[in-house]
Amino acid sequence: MCLAIPALVVRVEGDKAQVDFGQGVLKDINITLVDTKIGGYVLVHAGYAIQTVDKEEALETIQLWKEILSAGIE
Amino acid sequence: MTEKLRFREPELAKKIATKIAKIAPGDELVKFCHVCGTHEWTITHYGLRSLLPSNVEVIAGPGCPVCIVPAAEIDEAVQIAKKGAVITSFGDVLRVPGSNKSLLEAKAEGADVRIVYGVTDAIQMAKAEPNKEFVFFAVGFETTAPTTAVEILKKPPANFSFLVSHRLIPPAMELLLGVGDLQIDGFIAPGHVSVIIGLKPYELFPRVYRMPTVVAGFEPNDVLMGIYMLLKQYKENKPRLENEYSRMVKWEGNLKALDVMNKAFEISPSNWRGIGRLPESAYRLQDKFEDYNANKKFNVNVEQGRDILLGCECHLVIIGKIKPDECPMFMKACTPQKPVGACMVSSEGTCRVWATTSTRSN
Repeated sequence: MCLAIPALVVRVEGDKAQVDFGQGVLKDINITLVDTKIGGYVLVHAGYAIQTVDKEEALETIQLWKEILSAGIE
Repeated sequence: MTEKLRFREPELAKKIATKIAKIAPGDELVKFCHVCGTHEWTITHYGLRSLLPSNVEVIAGPGCPVCIVPAAEIDEAVQIAKKGAVITSFGDVLRVPGSNKSLLEAKAEGADVRIVYGVTDAIQMAKAEPNKEFVFFAVGFETTAPTTAVEILKKPPANFSFLVSHRLIPPAMELLLGVGDLQIDGFIAPGHVSVIIGLKPYELFPRVYRMPTVVAGFEPNDVLMGIYMLLKQYKENKPRLENEYSRMVKWEGNLKALDVMNKAFEISPSNWRGIGRLPESAYRLQDKFEDYNANKKFNVNVEQGRDILLGCECHLVIIGKIKPDECPMFMKACTPQKPVGACMVSSEGTCRVWATTSTRSN
């Protein structure tokens, strides 16, 4: 039940926003808990955005993994 | 979406699995525990256990918020529904057994019980039908609790109230460390609970209990990486708190969410199905929001319910002491079509995940 899905913010109106989960699946959600704007990605749970998603950070994670894996103890 | 695919990239998964095999201790059994239904789904769905050395085990702790709602609280919801109020909640909650019946069975007998995507939908229903009383049965861990808190603070309509059943994960993790023969060697902490609460609430595990702890995400390579990071800590004998899911989880958590929860809730002891009473483990409405407290509004209070039916071993599955297929009822008397215990009801219950996924390998 703690499932949360990233979505693209396509419209903002006060504390409400319309998000796109991909392939045209649109949903109205509440964005009280985050700071976001049109074009941003948010993590959506039970009709609320609970976190903003940073694409750069996601890419860095992969890079970090590579570093950890190459520096790991044998 | 290329990045997403890379979090599932088989080549990367193989690389991590090779590293895990290299650093896994040769003989002794190492047991890591996660406390999240979505982690169990990822592990089972992608067959991750089959990629681990035979002496590295990953068990499922109490990570399903629907499974641990005690029968007494289901009974309260059923009683409120019988008094004529509309009960709204998440889909899985409706099928969870109470002492005598589930909310779905109450619905079959004529009660008005409705499934909602979130609390906001329930409030919209209450606004659209002002002549009816609406109750939102608020189930879920820290991931879900802030959504309830926001709506409480926004002062919903007078015909709306809350049956708050939110629970906190860290007290349940602490309980597992006291279960004598469970002998856990590390925790995979839940990613989306951690998005809200941050890392601080887990600090005690490495510091007080010398327990390696890694917050992990939900893609298969996230979980594998989390296991690798735990094994590394275990091998070095340096327990610490690490964050594999840094792309979503910040050290301080979601401060806005924590703020609304502080304003709406207070923390209290509570009963967990199959586990018993845990101190400081639930959110309750603060007294100043008494008008929105469904227990008081409908004068309903069930002290004790019947949590586990005879023969069901849900209480042992919930704390990771046995695997679903070690329960004599699993896929015999208890199936997804006709569940006996709460672990088979919810889509995040360990029994349900095992029953509906064919790739499990242990």
